[in-house]
Amino acid sequence: MPADGPQPVERHLPTEEARDLLGLTRDIAAREIRPRTAEEEDAGRFPREVFTTIGAAGLLGLPYPAEYGGGEQPYEVYLQVLEELAAIRLTVGLGVSVHTLACHALAEFGTKEQRAEHLDAMLGGELLGAYCLSEPSAGSDAASLRTRATRDGDHWVIEGTKAWITHGGVADFYTVLARTGADGPRGITAFLVPGDAEGLSAAAPERKMGLKGSPTAQVHFDGVRVPDTRRVGEEGQGFSIALSALDSGRLGIAACATGVAQGALDEALRFLAERRQFGRPLVDFQGLRFMLADMATAIEAGRALYLAAARLRDAGQPFGKQAAMAKLLCTDTAMKVTTDAVQLMGGYGYTADFPAERYMREAKVLQIVEGTNQIQRMVIARHIAGPESRD
Amino acid sequence: MSLRIVVCVKYVPDATGDRHFAEDLTTDRDAVDGLLSELDEYAVEQALQIADAADDAEITVLTVGPEDAKDALRKALSMGADKGVHVEDDDLHGTDVVGTSLVLAKAVEHVGYDLVLCGMASTDGTMGVLPAILAERLGVPQVTLLSEVAVADGTVTGRRDGDAASEQLQAQLPAVVSVTDQSGEARYPSFKGIMAAKKKPVESLDLSDLGIDADEVGLGGAWTKVEDAAKRPERTAGTIVKDEGEGGKQLAEFLVSQKFI
Repeated sequence: MPADGPQPVERHLPTEEARDLLGLTRDIAAREIRPRTAEEEDAGRFPREVFTTIGAAGLLGLPYPAEYGGGEQPYEVYLQVLEELAAIRLTVGLGVSVHTLACHALAEFGTKEQRAEHLDAMLGGELLGAYCLSEPSAGSDAASLRTRATRDGDHWVIEGTKAWITHGGVADFYTVLARTGADGPRGITAFLVPGDAEGLSAAAPERKMGLKGSPTAQVHFDGVRVPDTRRVGEEGQGFSIALSALDSGRLGIAACATGVAQGALDEALRFLAERRQFGRPLVDFQGLRFMLADMATAIEAGRALYLAAARLRDAGQPFGKQAAMAKLLCTDTAMKVTTDAVQLMGGYGYTADFPAERYMREAKVLQIVEGTNQIQRMVIARHIAGPESRD
Repeated sequence: MSLRIVVCVKYVPDATGDRHFAEDLTTDRDAVDGLLSELDEYAVEQALQIADAADDAEITVLTVGPEDAKDALRKALSMGADKGVHVEDDDLHGTDVVGTSLVLAKAVEHVGYDLVLCGMASTDGTMGVLPAILAERLGVPQVTLLSEVAVADGTVTGRRDGDAASEQLQAQLPAVVSVTDQSGEARYPSFKGIMAAKKKPVESLDLSDLGIDADEVGLGGAWTKVEDAAKRPERTAGTIVKDEGEGGKQLAEFLVSQKFI
C-alpha cells in the first residue's frame, strides 16, 4: 500500500466533465460528509444540511435532462457518484438514490406543465424526495398495495399507510403509488404529494440495526387531498411507472453496496498497516493479505457488473436481468467484505470506535431493500429459464 | 456602471502534501499537486457575494504562475467568477513578493478595476503583505484583514477583528481589500459551474504585454533570497510514561518541565 494510505478507486470515466464531477464528489465527501459520519450515525441524526450542500452542487438530479435542471449524466457516471458517497456514508449515498428514484415518475411521465412547475426544485436539490410504494402488508408483492386514492371533483383524497419509507417525515415531497381502481397492478396511479400536505404524517422512525442517520418510517395518509394536477401519468399507469424505475433503483443499491464494501476494505487496509503483532505490521501476514486480495477482487467484480448493466441502460437496451444480478452480487459482496473487514480488525473491528462494524450493519440492509436478494434470484431465473410452471 | 472586481489568487502546492524546496531553493511545484490557495477561496467567495448584492458586477480572477496555475483560475471560475487573467512567463521563476506585486499591479491596471480582493496570505509563502504592497503600487486605499466586507455607493466598508478591538473601516473605491478565513466559508463549485467554467474566457499575458523588464522580477530581481533550507527533523517518538506506581507524579513532572502547567 502507498505510504499515504488506500488510494482512490481507479475509474474509467467517459468524459472530462465526468472526471470533474467525481472530483467534486470526493471533495465534498471528504470535507463535508466524512467528519460527521461516525457521530451522526451513532446518534441517528439525519444530515439535512448535507443534502442542501450536495443539492446546490448539482448532485441531486444527475441522470435527468439539463433542460429541467438535471446534470444530464449517463447512469455509468451517476452510479459512480453514488458509490463514492456511500463509501463515506451510506445515509447520503442511499438518500441520493432514493431521491433520484422519487423524481423519476414526474421526470419521465409528468406533463410538460408538471415538469416545468416542479422539476427544477426537485432536481436542483431545494426539495428532498421520498418514494412511497411499500406498505405494511405489501412488500415484495407490491401490486397488492391497499392505500386508496378516491376522486372528489378535481381532487383526489388519499387514505392509507405506507411503510419502510426512506426520508419519511423529513421529505419535502412524496411520490405515492395508490389504488384508484380494481385490485391488481392495473388499478394503481402515481401522485406527487407535498410533504406539508394536510393529513400527511410520519410515524416515529423505525429503530434499525444500521443506516441509523437515514430515517425510515411509516407514512400515514389521512384524507390527504391533492389536486388532479398532481396525478403523474394516466390513471392505472402507476404500477408500470413504478416498475420502470425498479431496475434503475436496483443499480443504485448495487453502486451503494460497492461503496460500502470499498469503504470497509479501505478501513481494514489502514488498520492492518498500523497494527503490529509479532514485531510486524498485520498487513505483512500472508493469510491476511490473501483475504484482502479476495475482498478487493470481489468488489472490483461487483463494480464491473453494475457498470456493465448501466452501460446497457445508457445504450437504451434492456438491462433488467443484469440489474438484478448486479444488485445480488454487489450486496452479497458487501456483506461478505464488511464481515471480513471486522474479522481482519479483530476486537477493534467489533467496537464502535472503528467504522468496520458500521459498514457491516449497513451492508445487511442492502441485501433486503429494493427487492430482497431472494427476489433478485427469482428475477434472474425468470430471465434465463422462463416463468415458473404453475402446475 | 458595472462594478469591476479583480480577485488575486495564487496556485500553491497542496498544504496537506509533502512539500519541498527545489534545488535553487524556490518552491518545488512538481513534487506535490497544486490547487487554489484555500485562503484565496475566501476572497473569491466575498467577491461573489459582493457581486450578488450589486446591480451589475463583473469578477475577474487574476493569477501569476506557471501553466498549471490555470487550475486555480478554473476553480474560481467554476465557483462563479466571470473571466480569468493568467500571467505566465519563464522569467517569472523565483519572483518574490515585491516582484509579484509589480506584476499584479500592472495586470490589475490592464484589466481595469474598482475593487481588488485578496486572501489574507498564501498558504505556501504566508507573507501576508502582498495586498498592502499592491495598494501602494496602485496608489489606492488598502483595507486589509477584514472578516466582514460590503460595497455600496462607491464605498467599501468592513470589520477588522484584532486582539484588542474590532475596527469598522471604510474606504472610497477604487481600493484593495484583503479578507480573512473568518469572512465566511467558501462555496463549493456546482457541477454546472464546473462545466460553464470551461467556456469562460481566460486571457494569457506575459511580461512584455505588461511592459515589465525581466530583470525587475524572477530570482535575479528578488529583494530577498533563501540562502539555505534544511529539512525539519523527523518527529521523535515522544516520551512514554510507564505507570509503576509513580505514573501520575511523572506525568505532572513532565508537564511542568514543558511549562504546560
